[in-house]
Amino acid sequence: MRPVAAVDVSRLPDHAFGHRSILWWGTLGFIATEGMAFAIAIAAYLYLRTRIPEWPPGVPPPDLAIGIANMAILILSAVPNYLTKRASEKEDLRQVRIWILVTLAFAIAFLVLRWFEFASLNVRWDLNAYGSIQWTLLGLHTVHLLTDVGDTAVLAVLMFTGPITGRRFVDVSENSFYWYFVIASWLPIYALIYWGPRVL
Amino acid sequence: MSDDVLRPMEEREAAAKLTGAWHEGEGILAWLSATGHKTTGRRFVLTSFGFFIAAGVLAVLMRLQLAVPENDLIGPDLYNQIFSVHGTAMMFLFAVPVMQGVAIYLVPLMVGAREIAFPRLAAFALWMLLFGGLLLFVSLLLDMGAEAGWFAYVPLSGPEYSPGKRSDVYAQTITFSEISAIAAAVCLITTILKMRAPGMSLNRMPLFVWASLVTAFMILFAMPSVMMASTFLIMDRLIGTHFFNPAEGGDPLLWQHLFWFFGHPEVYIIFIPALGMVSHIVEAFARRPVFGYVPMVLSLAATAFLGFGLWVHHMFASNVPQLGASFFTAASMMIAIPSGIQIFCWLATLWDGRLVIRTPLLFVFGFIFTFVIGGMTGVMLAAVPLDLQVHDTYFVVAHFHYVLIGGAVLPLFGALYYWIPKVTGRMLDERLGQLNFWLMAIGVNLTFFPMHQLGLEGMTRRVYTYPPEMGWDRLNLIATVGGVLVALSVLLFLFNLLRSLSVGRLAGPDPWGSPGLEWATSSPPPEFNFALPPVVTGRSPLWEAGEEWPVVTGLKLDQREVLITSVLDAEPDHRTEFPEPSIWPFLAAIAVGLTFIGSIFTPWAVVAGSVPVAITLIGWFWPKPGEE
Repeated sequence: MRPVAAVDVSRLPDHAFGHRSILWWGTLGFIATEGMAFAIAIAAYLYLRTRIPEWPPGVPPPDLAIGIANMAILILSAVPNYLTKRASEKEDLRQVRIWILVTLAFAIAFLVLRWFEFASLNVRWDLNAYGSIQWTLLGLHTVHLLTDVGDTAVLAVLMFTGPITGRRFVDVSENSFYWYFVIASWLPIYALIYWGPRVL
Repeated sequence: MSDDVLRPMEEREAAAKLTGAWHEGEGILAWLSATGHKTTGRRFVLTSFGFFIAAGVLAVLMRLQLAVPENDLIGPDLYNQIFSVHGTAMMFLFAVPVMQGVAIYLVPLMVGAREIAFPRLAAFALWMLLFGGLLLFVSLLLDMGAEAGWFAYVPLSGPEYSPGKRSDVYAQTITFSEISAIAAAVCLITTILKMRAPGMSLNRMPLFVWASLVTAFMILFAMPSVMMASTFLIMDRLIGTHFFNPAEGGDPLLWQHLFWFFGHPEVYIIFIPALGMVSHIVEAFARRPVFGYVPMVLSLAATAFLGFGLWVHHMFASNVPQLGASFFTAASMMIAIPSGIQIFCWLATLWDGRLVIRTPLLFVFGFIFTFVIGGMTGVMLAAVPLDLQVHDTYFVVAHFHYVLIGGAVLPLFGALYYWIPKVTGRMLDERLGQLNFWLMAIGVNLTFFPMHQLGLEGMTRRVYTYPPEMGWDRLNLIATVGGVLVALSVLLFLFNLLRSLSVGRLAGPDPWGSPGLEWATSSPPPEFNFALPPVVTGRSPLWEAGEEWPVVTGLKLDQREVLITSVLDAEPDHRTEFPEPSIWPFLAAIAVGLTFIGSIFTPWAVVAGSVPVAITLIGWFWPKPGEE
């Protein structure tokens, strides 16, 4: 067998965005598995609900104010996140620098209020199974939040220190993709934590 | 076309430059920093095989204890730890990772890629596996071994009935191994979907690659369940949550649901890669492409989907509603359909082929025989009345060992005999191989067949001894003899392997005359896999090749550059540069590992550990100096 040059790839680009990039697929893989973890935790919540006649059992439901304020912050963060993603895909360094910092500011504000959300649950994790699952749901989301805030912070630093390459913009774009997951996964969990004890 | 023909000179020059770019280096630091998929895959298989042997030693100890009635070789407390560690290690540290290790090694070769996607993540997965396994076994030596069985039912594993640290060790071993499995799955999915050689559309993908893809998706959706379960367990034990405590609104059955929602798919996570291996072996030794490629692929996918709908059949002895039980009975029986389709496709391939009987094919025959027996007792157990009768008896032990050894271990050994020449460049001895097969096949049947009868006679699982008047002694003795034969067969395999490294016949690129791309490069393959990456025009490239072998040109040779292709048709899309080897995945695994192990002793370890974890992860992602 003689090797014959059949496909010349030298003129192909050296990076690509979205589903063309392997980073997107890797991120999607982790989103799938983490989304499944959230789904399992939600299933556990609903299962425990069927085991306890009164919900919440003997404690007041969570306070709404901080949760609602924080929800607003998180949903609004989608805007700078979108602008970051768009700028990164245009490889517009100046715009990326601005919007990644704005996104980061939103994320940190959210994280600070998250601290007070734990207090507004009005139950301790070791009081009963209701308290355990409330804390776990909130904690599980917070872990995702922390990792993505860390990731965003590192990328923001790199956007100022360099080195700036095409692939770095792909990193920023995929990080924004993951932030959408952090936002989206909060919606059902927010509903369960704050409204579950009132409605279910 | 004639001016596109590449001269041998060009291939050699390319190889020389590529060696410069892809070399992993020497020395202890380079050894710990290695991220190449062949290094990681080989280490994955060796690590999990090491745990297989350690867990196998525990199995032999159990068989020795049960060989005669009222034996006092091992006391009840140690026996609890031994069977728990045996099961936990075999399932979490051997069966799943060994299959992933084979895939990490072979899949990039089979799809014609230079490297696995995210090689550093794959290396991280390896270290997590190693540390998790060491945690389990070192704890056993410290009298801290898991003690509530591999499925660790609460309340038995809860704070009240399992004081001390034993069940915490179990829970964190799970966490280690699941993180490892998920990370490896992400690497494999991305490699398979985005890094296939140009022309290898999905309908030309080798069946082992399909099996690895399906398995990796199952891992993504099954493993989170057991991770949540083990997290709930360790929180119940350490910080006083009440997930499984009925006194405070929890429910022990929640554990069973979460565990088996993972645990049943787990069986198929182990079994499906083995099916892929069998297809390759059958094809190579029947000298014709596998009969029924499309039904084969569809059966793999169908098995995966159905595998998620069976979990309650492990819980027929609990208070699940009767209607639900019927549904799960039906689903359990239905899964025999795709398995049956595959068995018949192999039989058709063998029937129509010109058989070359070699050790790998013998193991396939052993697989079909043994697995069919296990499958049939599986259909029996799917029936609620029978299940209730033999629940928690040796009948179940016999069933799942037939399924797991028949369905995974025998194909795995066949695969080792088939692919080790690719890895080491040397052939294993055929006569020793055949002896290995017969010892193992006879040993396995001798060990586990009598257990069906023991179960029907009422011998329950996990008893450390039994009185002589039960009449179980003869069958138990036979099982012990079988167990010793299995142990001998594994020793023989190790001897054959070590011997081949020095005196084995040189394999050459394609010792079996196989059709796949992994046989189109030297044995062992160079660090960059292919000097000239292949272009694919059919399902059996080496069998279909004519005078000309189409290849990819234009990838940079002085960098670690790989080609990314489209998902469905594998059309060239873009090139991307892959990272250098790095020590950070190893350091990150140490940081994560210390955090997990610390969390067994104090919850504050999670807080303290987050700092080194963050530092190592930043180090991992930080661009290397000098990158433009």
